Amino acid sequence: MTHTINAVETLEDQLTREYGFNDHFHEHHHGDKFQSNFLTHYVFTMDHKMIARQFLMTGIFWAFIGAAMSIIFRLQLGFPEADMAWLKPLLGKWITVNEAGIGRLDPEFYYALVTMHGTIIVFFVLTAGLSGTFSNLLIPLQIGARDMASPLLNAFSYWAFFLAGVVMFFSLFLSTGPFSGGWTAYPPLSALPQASDGSATGMTLWIVAMSLFVVSALLGGINYITTVLNMRTKGMNLWRMPMTIWAFFVTAILGVLSFPVLFSGLLLLMLDRSLGTSFYLNEIVVGGQVLDRVGGSPILFQHLFWFLGHPEVYIIILPAMGIVSEVLSVNARKPIFGYRAMVFSILAIGFLSFIVWAHHMFMSGLNPFISNFFVVFTLIIAVPSAVKVFNWISTIYGSNFRFNSASLFSVGFVSMFISGGLTGIFLGNSAIDIQLHDTYFVIAHFHIVMGIAAFFGMFAGVYHWFPKMFGRFMNETLGKIHFWGTMIGAYAIFWPMHYTGMAGVPRRYYDMGASFDAFKHFTDLNKFITVAAIVVFFLQILFIINFFYSIFSGKKMTTKNPWGATTLEWTTPIEAGHGNWPGNIPTVQRWAYDYGKGGEDFIPQYIPLKNGENDHGH
Amino acid sequence: MSTITKTDYNRSKIHPLKLTLWVGIGSIIMMFAAFTSAFIVRRSAGNWYEFELPSLFFFNTLVIILSSVTLHYSFQAFKTGNEKRYKALLIATFVLGIAFVVLQYMAWEQMTAMGATFTVNPSSSFVYLISGVHAAHVLGGIATLVTAMIHAFLLPYKPTPRRTQRFELVVQYWHFVDVLWLYLVIFFALNL
Repeated sequence: MTHTINAVETLEDQLTREYGFNDHFHEHHHGDKFQSNFLTHYVFTMDHKMIARQFLMTGIFWAFIGAAMSIIFRLQLGFPEADMAWLKPLLGKWITVNEAGIGRLDPEFYYALVTMHGTIIVFFVLTAGLSGTFSNLLIPLQIGARDMASPLLNAFSYWAFFLAGVVMFFSLFLSTGPFSGGWTAYPPLSALPQASDGSATGMTLWIVAMSLFVVSALLGGINYITTVLNMRTKGMNLWRMPMTIWAFFVTAILGVLSFPVLFSGLLLLMLDRSLGTSFYLNEIVVGGQVLDRVGGSPILFQHLFWFLGHPEVYIIILPAMGIVSEVLSVNARKPIFGYRAMVFSILAIGFLSFIVWAHHMFMSGLNPFISNFFVVFTLIIAVPSAVKVFNWISTIYGSNFRFNSASLFSVGFVSMFISGGLTGIFLGNSAIDIQLHDTYFVIAHFHIVMGIAAFFGMFAGVYHWFPKMFGRFMNETLGKIHFWGTMIGAYAIFWPMHYTGMAGVPRRYYDMGASFDAFKHFTDLNKFITVAAIVVFFLQILFIINFFYSIFSGKKMTTKNPWGATTLEWTTPIEAGHGNWPGNIPTVQRWAYDYGKGGEDFIPQYIPLKNGENDHGH
Repeated sequence: MSTITKTDYNRSKIHPLKLTLWVGIGSIIMMFAAFTSAFIVRRSAGNWYEFELPSLFFFNTLVIILSSVTLHYSFQAFKTGNEKRYKALLIATFVLGIAFVVLQYMAWEQMTAMGATFTVNPSSSFVYLISGVHAAHVLGGIATLVTAMIHAFLLPYKPTPRRTQRFELVVQYWHFVDVLWLYLVIFFALNL
C-alpha cells in the first residue's frame, strides 16, 4: 500500500510520513487476515482493540451479577423481617416461604451470595474487566505498536477468562449451590466436600474456574510485559511512557509473579479434596468422626492465598491509578506533577505488595514477632501512596480544570483512595486488628479503597476512552448524574460501616440485628445502608443504559483528538483497522506530558523538539 | 525517515517471542517457588515423615543433564551447518527426554514400594506432586522437541534466522526444565 498524500495534509500526517517508522506492516497483508468476516472480526478476533471491548463487555456482565447479588444480601441485612417471596421466581428453592406466606432467604445461600459477590467483583470485574480492558486497549495504542507481542496468546487470554466465567456461572445453578465458604476459600471449609452444601460441587467448579482464570491472567500479563518492553515505537523510551503504561506494566509483573502461587495453592487444595492428601487437613472432628488425615496446616493455604491476595489488591488498584493520573493531567491541562516520583511510587508499591501478605493473617495464630515485620512494611506502603495522592492534588491545584464525567470520577477516585487508605493505617496495626478483624470496619476499608476506588478509575477510563473504543461520546449529563449519585451513595453505604465495625459487628453474619442485642441500635443504620445500596445499584444501571445507548446513538466523534491529549492513541484514525495506523507508525519525540509548555496548550508526542527545547523524558 | 537525527534510538534486539518465553519461565519459577516454600512451611509444622529419596531420582538427573548437552550440541551443529549431527543429536535428546519421564514413573513406583505412598504423609505427597508437575513441564518440552523434529525431517535443512529463532526457543525451554530439575532434586535431597 503506497501512502497517498492528500491535498489537505495535516501537520500530523506530514510528520508521521516524514518522521514515522515504516515497518512494512501493510505490505504483507493482502486483505486483512485478522478481520475478514463477522466471526473473526467480532468473536475470534486477534485485534487488541476488539479483545479490549470483549473484556469490557464481559466485565460489565459480571459487574451486574455481582452487584445484584450484593443487593439481595443487603436486603436480608437491612430488612431481615421483610417478605422476600417476590424473589422466588429468580432464586427458586433458595427462598423458603412459610405458612404465613412470608419468604425467607436461605442462610446457606446467603453465604454463597457473599462468597460469589467477592469472587466475581475481585477477579472477574476488577482484574479481568479493568486490566484486561485497558491494558489491551491502551498498551499498543499508547506505545505505538501494531498489536500485542502475541495476538494469538492475547485471544487465548480472553477465551480462558470467558471459559472461567462459563464454569463459574454454571456453578450458580447447582442444586447444592455455588461455593459458600468466603471468597478467600480457606480450608477446612473449602477442602472438605462434606463441610457444607457449597463446599461440594460448587467448590470444585470454583477451583476449575479460578484455574482457568489464572491461565487468562498469566497469558495476558506475559503479553503486556513483553509488549511494553519490546514493541515500543522509535523514541518511546521508558521515561516517555504515559503513566497508564507504567501502571499496566507493573500490574502485569505483579500478576505474573503472584498468580502462579495461587495456582499452586489451589492444586494442593484440589489434591486434599479429591485424592486424600493432608496438606491443609488434619485430624479434625467432622460430624462426630475424626478425619483420616494427619497434621496438615490450614494456615499454609492462607500463606499461599495471600501471597497472591495482597499483590492482587494492587493488581486491581494500580491500573486505576494509571488511568486517573492520565485523565487528571489531560483535564487539568498540566503535566502530571512529579512524573518520576509517580513512577517510582508505583514501583515501590509493587515491590512492597509482595512482603506484606501476612497482615491478612494477624489473627490466625501468627507469631506476634513476625507480625511486627509485616506491620512495619504495611505501614511503609503509606509513603508511596501519600506521594501519589500529593501529586494528584498538585496536578489539579491551580489548573483550569475541565469538569467532565471522566475527570470527576478521577477526582472521586482520589477522594476514595484517601478515605479508604486512612483506615488501612488502623488495620495494618496488629494490635488494633484484634478488635477490628472480621468486622464491618474491614468491609468499609477495602470496599472504599479498592472496590469503589477501582470502579471509579474504571468509570474514568470508560468515559475518557469511550470515543477511542466506539467512535462516539457517552452522554455527559447522564455521566454527571452517575458520578454525583455514586459518589454520595458510595459514602452513604460504606461510611456508616466504620461505626458498626468499631462496635464489633462481624462480617458475613446472616442476621445480626435481630439475634444480637448488642447491635440492636444499628438496625436503622443498616436499613439506611441498604437503601443507599439500592439507589447506587440503579445509578449503575443508568450507566449501563448510557453505555449501550451511546455505542449506537451517542454523539459522533468528528476529530481524532477530542480531549487535546498528547499521547499516541489519539493519532490513529477514528475507525482504526487492524494495525492501528494506516501508514507509518508515528515516532515519539518527547515525553507524554507537554501541556501548557512555551505558551502552547499541548504538544503531542510525535512533534519534534524545537531547537534548544528540553525534553522531560531524558 | 532519514530526517530523524535528534535522538539515537536503541531498539531492543531481543525477539518478542523470546522475551515472552522468559517471562513465562518467570511465572513457572514462581509456581515452583510456591510449592517448595509450602514444603518448608508444612515441614516446620511437624508431623513429617522422613524417607530417603529413591536412587532413580539421582540417575534421572544424569539423564536430563545429558539431554541438555545433546540438545546444546545439536543446536550448535544446526547453526554451523552440520546437518547430520544436528538431526542425530536432536533424536538423542528426544529419546533421553522420553527416558526421563519413564524413569520418573519408575522412581514413583520405587517410592511407593518403600512405603512412601501418595497419601501417607505430606512429605511424600509433596515429592509426588512437585516432581509430577515438573514431569508435566518436561512433557511440554517433549512436545516442542517433536515440533523441532518435524521441522528437521520434513523441511529442507535451511538455518534461516526464523528457524534458528524457533529452535533456540525450544533449546532454552529445555535447558530451563533441566535446571529446574537440578534445583528440585537438590532441594529434596537437602530437605526431606
